[in-house]
Amino acid sequence: MHELDPRLKHSGVTNIKEKMQIAKRVQQLAPSGIRAFFDLVLNMKDVISLGVGEPDFVTPWHIREQAIFSLEKGFTSYTSNKGMPELRREIAQFLERRYGFTYDSEEEILITVGVSEALDLAFRAIINPGDKVLISDPSYVSYGPVVELAGGKVVYLKTDVHNGFKLTPQQIDEAASRTKAKAILINYPANPTGASYTKKELNDIVRVIKKRNLIVVSDEVYDELTYDFEHTPLPSFSGLKNHVIYLNGFSKSYAMTGFRLGYACGPALVIAAMTKIHQYTMLCASITGQIAAKEALKSGFKDVAEMKKEYMRRRRFMVTSLNEIGLTCHNPEGAFYVFPSIKSTGEISLDFAKNLLRKKKVALVPGVAFGKSAEGYVRMSYASSYENLKEAVVRIASYLNKTISVENE
Amino acid sequence: MDEILEILAKDARRTPQEIARLTGKSLQAVKKTIALYEKDGTIVQYKTVINQDLAMDGASFVRALIEVSITPQKDVGFDYIAERIYSFPEVVNCYLVSGSYDLLIVVEGDNIQTVSNFVAAKLSPMENVRQTTTHFLLKKYKEDGKILKKAPQRKRLNISY
Repeated sequence: MHELDPRLKHSGVTNIKEKMQIAKRVQQLAPSGIRAFFDLVLNMKDVISLGVGEPDFVTPWHIREQAIFSLEKGFTSYTSNKGMPELRREIAQFLERRYGFTYDSEEEILITVGVSEALDLAFRAIINPGDKVLISDPSYVSYGPVVELAGGKVVYLKTDVHNGFKLTPQQIDEAASRTKAKAILINYPANPTGASYTKKELNDIVRVIKKRNLIVVSDEVYDELTYDFEHTPLPSFSGLKNHVIYLNGFSKSYAMTGFRLGYACGPALVIAAMTKIHQYTMLCASITGQIAAKEALKSGFKDVAEMKKEYMRRRRFMVTSLNEIGLTCHNPEGAFYVFPSIKSTGEISLDFAKNLLRKKKVALVPGVAFGKSAEGYVRMSYASSYENLKEAVVRIASYLNKTISVENE
Repeated sequence: MDEILEILAKDARRTPQEIARLTGKSLQAVKKTIALYEKDGTIVQYKTVINQDLAMDGASFVRALIEVSITPQKDVGFDYIAERIYSFPEVVNCYLVSGSYDLLIVVEGDNIQTVSNFVAAKLSPMENVRQTTTHFLLKKYKEDGKILKKAPQRKRLNISY
């Protein structure tokens, strides 16, 4: 790289290679051990993929049409840092309508580039060097790194299949008191396990949060994909709003992953701090995405219901079929993932994934990608057509030297 | 709509075994329900949506939408007249509609001549038919909720978190 810049040849800097070192903070981020596996999958053709973390539906037409219309009309500028006021108002009204709690659209809502950015902002806004954050293990891959990038220390709380990969109030209480944690990240329904919490279960967790004075960063991006009971958002619990930074977005509910649009709601002080970082690093979310999002909230309810119905059937199909071929699989309560155990095969999850890919051309994500506690499990996404799921199940069965008859007795 | 019907409406090839898996109902219950629907006429037929433009192998084939105005007569309701019209095999769809005419029918034939003959010889002379307007169909874009043009394959990454 230094050879391209002639000025350097005559300057005192002779060894840019030495200087061009990656910052320690970044070097120390847990390396993604399965990056190579991902590359293998991405380069392979004719794969049936259960490895995808996004809906297989395309964004509903009325939403896309609104985005196209806005481009035709020339809406191509920056928006206010916090996001378009109309969209923030729409979010406030939507939350009120859907869940019965709301936030002030001027002071307490920030539009972000996906929930991913909101997560980053939330931790950078609240974490001082060394502050501890409680996170479930297994959990979504970016949680730990985002906390570490903000200078925080992650305390992983192990969950297992016996309580459906859910955090228990006792566990949170014990860890909070032992580590003096400042915050906890809760994600429900969860990627990769599909675990979610009933209102009753949340009640007990809320009690601990209050008792230990924890800040909660609550990632509820899969809220609309809750199958066995009603989703109860954390801000709806009385007296908890001061504790909560509520994150949600449009990717999963409205199949809008590529629009990159999310939002954060929280106490005005925290939202102001997050906005400060956001204005320097991102300026604002894309205006096209924001306009599309507004349309989604206004009239996307039917789309959500349709998708949910379809996911629910695929979930039943996957859970039943996997259990039948010997991969024990708990019933995930939300999201679009099943998380079966592969312990019966004797393989570790990365080997299982590699071999299945090589021999049967089925792609999935090894559990270990989501934390040590997920070794022995794999994540399969059922955000894929029924035909694909059927073929995948047949191929997995054949990999296990089993047969499954899906269509006939 | 019952979940079993929803699944079959989307794809009539789903077997009872598959529907049982998808709904969590027992195989027995699924079979029984389907048999019931078939018996009471809720399920009329299992059919395939075909893009005629591709399937006709160059053979000619025309369709027309025909608006039919009817003079209702004493003791003879719309249903009676409709039945006389829809009983012709050429008529593939028949709807009673509100507005400036009464029945909207779809007629199929080998060519324009056969459809015209049907209108001239069979439909118009019926004593209760006051007026007809025939629109020949030029192209089908979407049928029964299905877009007939094959959509280009969307690219999703094969793997992502």
